[in-house]
Amino acid sequence: MRLRRRNWRKVIEMPPISGFMPFGGQIKPQTEPVLLLVEEYEALKLCDYDSLNHHQAAELMNISRSTFTRIYMSVRQKLAKAFVEGRTISIEGGKIYFDSNWYYCKSCKCQFNNQNQSVEITQCALCGSKNIEALKENSQSDIQEVTEYCYCIRCGHKIAKRRGQLRSQNVCANCNTEL
Amino acid sequence: MKVAITSTGNSLEAKLDQRFGRCSYFVIYDTETKSTEYFPNPNKDAPDGAGPASVQFIASRKVSKVVSGDFGIKVKPILENLQIQMITLKGQEKTIGEIIEMLNH
Repeated sequence: MRLRRRNWRKVIEMPPISGFMPFGGQIKPQTEPVLLLVEEYEALKLCDYDSLNHHQAAELMNISRSTFTRIYMSVRQKLAKAFVEGRTISIEGGKIYFDSNWYYCKSCKCQFNNQNQSVEITQCALCGSKNIEALKENSQSDIQEVTEYCYCIRCGHKIAKRRGQLRSQNVCANCNTEL
Repeated sequence: MKVAITSTGNSLEAKLDQRFGRCSYFVIYDTETKSTEYFPNPNKDAPDGAGPASVQFIASRKVSKVVSGDFGIKVKPILENLQIQMITLKGQEKTIGEIIEMLNH
């Protein structure tokens, strides 16, 4: 069985900061940060900062209304978790692309955007080579899907989650229990 | 058509500056007359807002393309609104002369 692939979510702009740190109180610095995906940040921003309803916001992000609501639910859960447990929030990752279309030239290895959307780009803006490709993601090549981990209940062994695998096939290498 | 290139010095041998707002020099190259002009960046040591101020500086010289190492989060939407095309050469050590040669393809 394979899980369905996630659709690309459109993001208008990257968040201005890459996270939040708690202060005051007794916070253990070694607690794991809450990982907020960029698409989740965008959902929160559109909904609560720009006060759009879920319909409008979903249209802006080019996803369905129900997907948007799911992302929004997850961001509220994560934020609540960070606040209650006093964790750091780190905004990174997610399956996103940006509003303006960017291109990559394979011959001079530059990236450029198309500022005039009505004209189609056929050659590189710098070297004129036709060896170009459209970028789905922006120049931030460090944006990747965050890998999730499965933990063994008995010994705490950690492996990267493999999507689309039956639970019974996911067994711990150390003690053979289900993860 | 005019192209702005961020430079570390005021000669053709100077390297491309990887920063946009706080680069040392702007080279404005005219593809029609093949002339180059060097402008020292007035916002080089600005405490803040160097990016938007630099955009204003180059936009007043009517450029239609900018070549730099990368553009910051404040600069990108302004350049997009001004219909100025951004070209990024991240992590590449190219000289101004080489870039001008590439523009003359």
